[in-house]
Amino acid sequence: MSDVTKTDVVIIGAGPVGLFAVFELGLLDLKCHLIDILDRPGGQCAELYPEKPIYDIPAWPSISAQGLVDKLTEQIAPFNPSFTFNRMVSALEKLPEGGFRVTTDENEVFEAKVVVIAAGGGSFQPKRPPIPGIEAYEGESVFYSVRRMEDFRGHDLLIVGGGDSALDWTLNLQPIAKSVTLVHRRPEFRASPDSVNKMFALQETKQLHFQIGQVTALAGEGATLRSATVKGPDGDVEVACTRLLPFFGLTMKLGPIADWGLDLHENVIPVDTEKFQTSTPGIFAIGDINWYPGKLKLILSGFHEAALMAQAAKHIVAPGERIVFQYTTSSTSLQKKLGVS
Amino acid sequence: MTKLTFIAFDGTRFDVEAENGSTVMENAIRNSVPGIEAECGGACACATCHVYVDEAWTEVVGEPEAMEEDMLDFAYDVRPNSRLSCQIKVRSELDGLVVSVPERQG
Repeated sequence: MSDVTKTDVVIIGAGPVGLFAVFELGLLDLKCHLIDILDRPGGQCAELYPEKPIYDIPAWPSISAQGLVDKLTEQIAPFNPSFTFNRMVSALEKLPEGGFRVTTDENEVFEAKVVVIAAGGGSFQPKRPPIPGIEAYEGESVFYSVRRMEDFRGHDLLIVGGGDSALDWTLNLQPIAKSVTLVHRRPEFRASPDSVNKMFALQETKQLHFQIGQVTALAGEGATLRSATVKGPDGDVEVACTRLLPFFGLTMKLGPIADWGLDLHENVIPVDTEKFQTSTPGIFAIGDINWYPGKLKLILSGFHEAALMAQAAKHIVAPGERIVFQYTTSSTSLQKKLGVS
Repeated sequence: MTKLTFIAFDGTRFDVEAENGSTVMENAIRNSVPGIEAECGGACACATCHVYVDEAWTEVVGEPEAMEEDMLDFAYDVRPNSRLSCQIKVRSELDGLVVSVPERQG
């Protein structure tokens, strides 16, 4: 059993709403730890549309999604939140003595009195390419990420995609694989030109094979892959392969949240509009992941939800303590917490 | 107003009146055309509003820009007449445009 990290509040999801929750909870002296599947804060804003302007953030006539994330990160810095990135929360359990245990997919364990689910559209997971029967090979012959390069040594690799993940792994695994075939639907790549040039150089010296097309079928026995059919410009090509690595980007899936015993309503979590609490007292849901009558999936609604949730969370962490409502403009104690007085 | 026709994967036709300047995707969503998901809401960031432009219209509609081509890499069964409907702006020249919805969005 690994060490247990204890904190007041675990926030699942480090998107804009999860980040702002740190601020509202921080003003009430609650320490937060955030867990996110991505490798950086920002959620959809960072992953899907960092460059796109957002026009409905109060007082910002226009701000880029990444700009908003940067500002939020700056705003919560005085509260020193801690982060665990590249992890999905796989289990959320109630502790007999009160509070919750949160476990990640890498078995890190956190304990907190309050859990806030700010998971947006769910967790980002690799897109499964629409190849019939691909599920049967997953975990043994088909992988969506490379956790250990050694697992690919000596294999006939088929890598699919045109972005940096596809090209980087093509170049990194080529020296240890038996053979590498890269399949992409067109000769242009999104990946960095440097990687693309290196790939073409290896193709030139026949150290790997680049095939234009789309994978349409897989063949093998059980979970053991033998070959793939690639529909190319000159018809179908059969490519011998024992490992397939498709890189088709990320999609959002509700994931393990469905297994946590919370009431769900069409893949979102119903909450009340006073505390934004779920069907389990002590577990809150804010932002796009929650639902209540009149819900709008707006960042600004998530900010409001964070503020009200924080009041209720404080009552759980410090029962009986009176909360004095204060304004950051005038309260010297809040200003002290923000490091501005 | 500009007339657009969506053909769902099961063959159902949706004839809609679209405002110039709106995107083809927005009109699909407004009219509940099945098979257009538009997960990202039109940011050209998800490839779930993939359509096939009717062969007679491909020239008028035009080619996808580089960013859209990149996104199309993530779509299912991409063909030469594939486009992301959030990147096609409705304009008078497109009056009568026909697009079909693929079997699935990725």
